Amino acid sequence: MAESICRNLRDGALEGEHAPALTIRDAIDSPFGFDVFAHVLSQLSSFILAGKSQSRGVVVVAFTRSPSFYVDLLKRRGVDVSSSHKWLRILDCYTDPLGWKDKLVDSGNLVDTSDEASCMTHLCKDVRDLDNLYSLILESGKGLVGQGKVHLSVAIDSVNAMLRHAPMSRVAGLLSNLRSHDQVSCIYWLLHSDLHEVRVTSSVEYISSMVANVEPLNQSARGQRWDLENIFMLKQNFGKGKLNVRFKRRNGRVRMMCEEFHIEQSGINFTPVSPEDGTINQGLLPKVQFSLQLSEKEQTERAKVVLPFEHQGNGKPIQIYDGRRSITENKNGATLVSTGNPQKNEASGEGEIIYFRDSDDEMPDSDEDPDDDLDI
Amino acid sequence: MVAMENRSLNLLDEALSLEQRMEPWPLRGKLLLIEDCVETSGSFVLHHLVKRILSPNSSNIVIFLAFSRPFSHYDRILRKLGCNLVAQRDNSRFFFLDMLMLQCPDGNEEKTSEGGFADLYGKIQKIINALPENHRNHVTIMIDDVSLMEVAAYGSSDHVLDFLHYCHTLTSDVGCSLVILNHEDIYSSMERPVFIMQMEYLADILIKTQPLATGLAADVHGQLTVLNTGICSGNGNLKNKISNLQFMVKENSVEYFYPGSRS
Repeated sequence: MAESICRNLRDGALEGEHAPALTIRDAIDSPFGFDVFAHVLSQLSSFILAGKSQSRGVVVVAFTRSPSFYVDLLKRRGVDVSSSHKWLRILDCYTDPLGWKDKLVDSGNLVDTSDEASCMTHLCKDVRDLDNLYSLILESGKGLVGQGKVHLSVAIDSVNAMLRHAPMSRVAGLLSNLRSHDQVSCIYWLLHSDLHEVRVTSSVEYISSMVANVEPLNQSARGQRWDLENIFMLKQNFGKGKLNVRFKRRNGRVRMMCEEFHIEQSGINFTPVSPEDGTINQGLLPKVQFSLQLSEKEQTERAKVVLPFEHQGNGKPIQIYDGRRSITENKNGATLVSTGNPQKNEASGEGEIIYFRDSDDEMPDSDEDPDDDLDI
Repeated sequence: MVAMENRSLNLLDEALSLEQRMEPWPLRGKLLLIEDCVETSGSFVLHHLVKRILSPNSSNIVIFLAFSRPFSHYDRILRKLGCNLVAQRDNSRFFFLDMLMLQCPDGNEEKTSEGGFADLYGKIQKIINALPENHRNHVTIMIDDVSLMEVAAYGSSDHVLDFLHYCHTLTSDVGCSLVILNHEDIYSSMERPVFIMQMEYLADILIKTQPLATGLAADVHGQLTVLNTGICSGNGNLKNKISNLQFMVKENSVEYFYPGSRS
């Protein structure tokens, strides 16, 4: 399923449509969103190198990691970075996001210790100016793809960093403008959902066509920040989790998929969840303290229960007590009304009540107003 | 018996992969966050790390930002642990920045607190630049504590986070380590303690000190959990990702042991 996300992003935008957009969202109870982000980045980079992707280059907007980190990451994931200057640009919003270092260098206080910016890195010195950030992203992309009808993909490693320095409306505007730009083939970003109100995360999700939700394996761990009361569960689930993905189709239909993941030194490994596991359905059920379904054992126990007045399984016809004969009569050999052998009981006289209600003569119910039809 | 006692004292080092002399320094390029509460102060972890970093057979350097207490306090405690901070300061291995009096002048508080932190970052970078080239990646920046830093910023947690971000850039630019102490229970009444969660997302290693779930005990002062969260960095040791220890703070040492190992 992580593969289908990557395929969606790889195939890019249809003519006249917005680019596919992916929100990777996590929370502190399962903070492995960056691992998913890194996986998507390395997969798409491989597709671009192999010429299988609609986009011909990637612009990584780096807020939380240095440019060198991303180069090392791609190397570790087996992506050939020797030709990266042809297909990779990193917009460095990490090194000096507010221009503090720039001011320090200007005032002659100290020597800048950071490495010389490589040919693939552009420095952004004020992340608060989103208009400038937008133009820097597109400029970085133009350096890769030129002026033609060639596409690029955009990866933003933290929407939270943008939201800390700019209002929601501006951030949503930036993401929306990037998504609708005709040179952008696909766009994906990481969002720590618990750092913001629900309306903020919802706004970001509305802009996206796919939402990958990183959740803990154990539902009881949800919403708890490193619950030390249950250290055993923490150990069991650490480095593991579920990835619930919502795909929004163009016709408005939503498809949900679920996968489990396990994080290792080499990266993140996904294992599909079989439908009979019911993991997806369980995720969609309301979270309640009681069980909404019977276990297998409970189902077999339930099947064994003999219902009242029903005598099954002993070979005799099923007899139903009709409520008018005593059990002693039954012992004396009197015949009960039987479903197996229906017969009329002559002794019991048949009665019939014929009743026609004349609604006009009836007294109204106490809560009705007898004069409500009078036009006074 | 002596070996067992010796081992028990090193359980925290083991959890942090510091048990043997390693090159490069295992905490290099990492952010370590200590979260404590009123019942179980996490200061002893900070003291333990200062002592460990300044051990005689290493070339590590500490830049200590003290928002909480004066130099004499740390010197007194570290002497009991067998580490002379005055000597280390004279040898340019311990740089103490006394932030107790850091207060931004009245006026535009937002602007001045940001400027104050930019200047503070400038001081740190100046210290690092003055070091020999081969010692720059042996620096550990320690902050005691972030909640008081927030007070100095007139409650602007964003300015504190900006400062921490700039310190974090030194972990990748130069290979510094960053050790931060914060008090978790200050934010416990909040529905979403965003400030502390922001730092948890930044952290590669999270150390939490908490009282025992079962209540007070004479010979156990609390429990300590170490979470190595920086899996994706690729250079972390994957064993002991989560360690749960109990501790007892003594007059001139701290004893660590596994839960249930004390009768």
